[in-house]
Amino acid sequence: MSTLAIDKAGPSRKVKYGSMSRDRVWALRWSYFFLVLFAIFFLTPPVYMLITSLKSSAEISAATNPWWVFHPTLSNYVELLSSNQFLRFFWNSSIISIIVVIVTMMISIPAAFALARMKFWGSATLATGVFLTYLIPDSLLFIPLFKVLGGVQELTGITLLNRWYVLVFIYPTLTVPFCTWIMIGYFASIPKELDEAALIDGASWLQTLTRIFIPVALPGLIAATIFAFTVSWAQFLYPLVFTTSVDQLVLPVGITTTLIKGDVFNWGQIMTGALLGAAPPLVIYAFLMDYYIAGLTAGATKG
Amino acid sequence: MADVALRKVVKRYDDVEAVRGIDLDIADHEFIVLVGPSGCGKSTTLRMIAGLEDISDGDIMIDGDVVNDVPPKDRDIAMVFQNYALYPHMTVAENMSFGLRLKHYPKAEIKARVTEAARLLDITDLIDRKPKQLSGGQRQRVAMGRAIVRNPKVFLFDEPLSNLDAKLRVQMRIEIKKVHQKVRTTTVYVTHDQVEAMTLADRVVVMNKGKIEQIGTPNELYHKPATRFVAGFIGSPAMNFIPCRLEDVGGTLQIRLTDRIAFALPPARAARYNALPRTDKLLLGLRPEHLTESHAHLGPGVESFDTVLDVTEPMGMETLVYFGLDGTPICGRVDPNAGAKDGAPMRLAMDLNNMHLLNEATGVVL
Repeated sequence: MSTLAIDKAGPSRKVKYGSMSRDRVWALRWSYFFLVLFAIFFLTPPVYMLITSLKSSAEISAATNPWWVFHPTLSNYVELLSSNQFLRFFWNSSIISIIVVIVTMMISIPAAFALARMKFWGSATLATGVFLTYLIPDSLLFIPLFKVLGGVQELTGITLLNRWYVLVFIYPTLTVPFCTWIMIGYFASIPKELDEAALIDGASWLQTLTRIFIPVALPGLIAATIFAFTVSWAQFLYPLVFTTSVDQLVLPVGITTTLIKGDVFNWGQIMTGALLGAAPPLVIYAFLMDYYIAGLTAGATKG
Repeated sequence: MADVALRKVVKRYDDVEAVRGIDLDIADHEFIVLVGPSGCGKSTTLRMIAGLEDISDGDIMIDGDVVNDVPPKDRDIAMVFQNYALYPHMTVAENMSFGLRLKHYPKAEIKARVTEAARLLDITDLIDRKPKQLSGGQRQRVAMGRAIVRNPKVFLFDEPLSNLDAKLRVQMRIEIKKVHQKVRTTTVYVTHDQVEAMTLADRVVVMNKGKIEQIGTPNELYHKPATRFVAGFIGSPAMNFIPCRLEDVGGTLQIRLTDRIAFALPPARAARYNALPRTDKLLLGLRPEHLTESHAHLGPGVESFDTVLDVTEPMGMETLVYFGLDGTPICGRVDPNAGAKDGAPMRLAMDLNNMHLLNEATGVVL
């Protein structure tokens, strides 16, 4: 009897263990399958852009295999990079994005610190309000914003519309709420005792922020910075609405308005411009990716 | 160095009173331990001394000055937190010198103070490490170092050893005592562990439900508890409380525990309790060490009785025995060679010279 029982128990345990690891193998296979699927799905457009950017206009309109370059040429790149207009777009985008990032951080960090740490009347409601602001789509806001800025222009006599710097005032309405929200989560995950220790050590609120919170929350800060930069760099609707003169345009708007003339699409240069425009965020992501992920997850799980 | 005084200090959260009117005088150089179960208001009291919590009512004085509205940084105090609260991005030296650097001390003095504190705490070779590279005990030392370098008027400890394992806790306890003997700074120390309280304190403040139950030296609290709460909280295993009443039998005062068990009180005790009404419901408070194995010749005031043990716990130097008297669970401490066995009958002796008598309704020790 007893040997029979042992015989029965032995293999049954083994099968169970084996099936568990087989589950893992299958889970891995499925995850790879979907990862590859998603990679193909998301990488196809940039690859197609790269291929097209290396073609001449004649080859693009010819009825050949669109996925192969028969006569590779860098003429699109040379033309764009030697065009003052394109460099102007690039410059406008860069300066606006950098200023917006700085402005956003100057507002978001103290705001998040105050909302996360200083308990004042209505602070919790305000924190939720900040997030709700972010949920309002910009397509709802651009007409009222246009009216407001037009009104300000009339009242003060300062030209705001059709100037690149107007975007420096408008973009933070998109970036500040989200960055503040990220930073609130991140600051909230810092143990309360840390600022109490700093307080007892003789630090003022400002010193606690600059010498304890900012260094400790650096990953979250970098995540917010990347977000602010990406949003300002890729923003399309607001610059389309608020700027019209060619020398005031930013990259995404500039490419579509100057390279599409009537129904003539200069596809080679459009693709080249888009690729070159995608480069700065890509470079920033590549360098700060580890920080970015750490920032997003730490704020989310520890809060 | 300074004395600290609390006058009718109250802390209210909305309509809950966490601290209900505390009076406490802490002398210069004194090591005071606030002890009590969780939620008794001890940490809140400490945080009010630190200035991390506002005072709802009353006054807190440091060195004779009322500090109710003085921010923490101007109170000249240092605090050690339960979770250490070390700045994770700074090295040990930077952590310890942070407060001094904020106050713009000269570099040479900062270095001298940090070196001295590190030497005192035996962390000299860890000085360039980051907190995450340290063990729990080392982090606790750094947290103490951060307090010491400031040379404050008062040290505040908020359950500093609770996150350490048992062995390290004993070690750090001795460490803290040594440090206090050297620097002699007035210290307020919060813990829920009565052993920590007894071993560290010059005076222990036992708190319960936002009030002070009793203030006294460790020995006073142990031998002369004022209330049932203190009697039960201080000492491990805890004091036994046995329902009883007084009765007069032939001119002598007797204490009756059960229908079968009643003992004549020793003369000193009889004189003390004679005025009590015989109808009062009372509790006999007796520490386990006064419930031992019976001997052939019992001293005056020591009475023996027979019982059947439920469980025994051999501890090595002694054996704890558990039994019931009319349903009341009781613990005694007997010699390991006394032959105590689970479920076996045993003759035990009660030393009534060390008894306490409590009013069951009020919990006051009579």
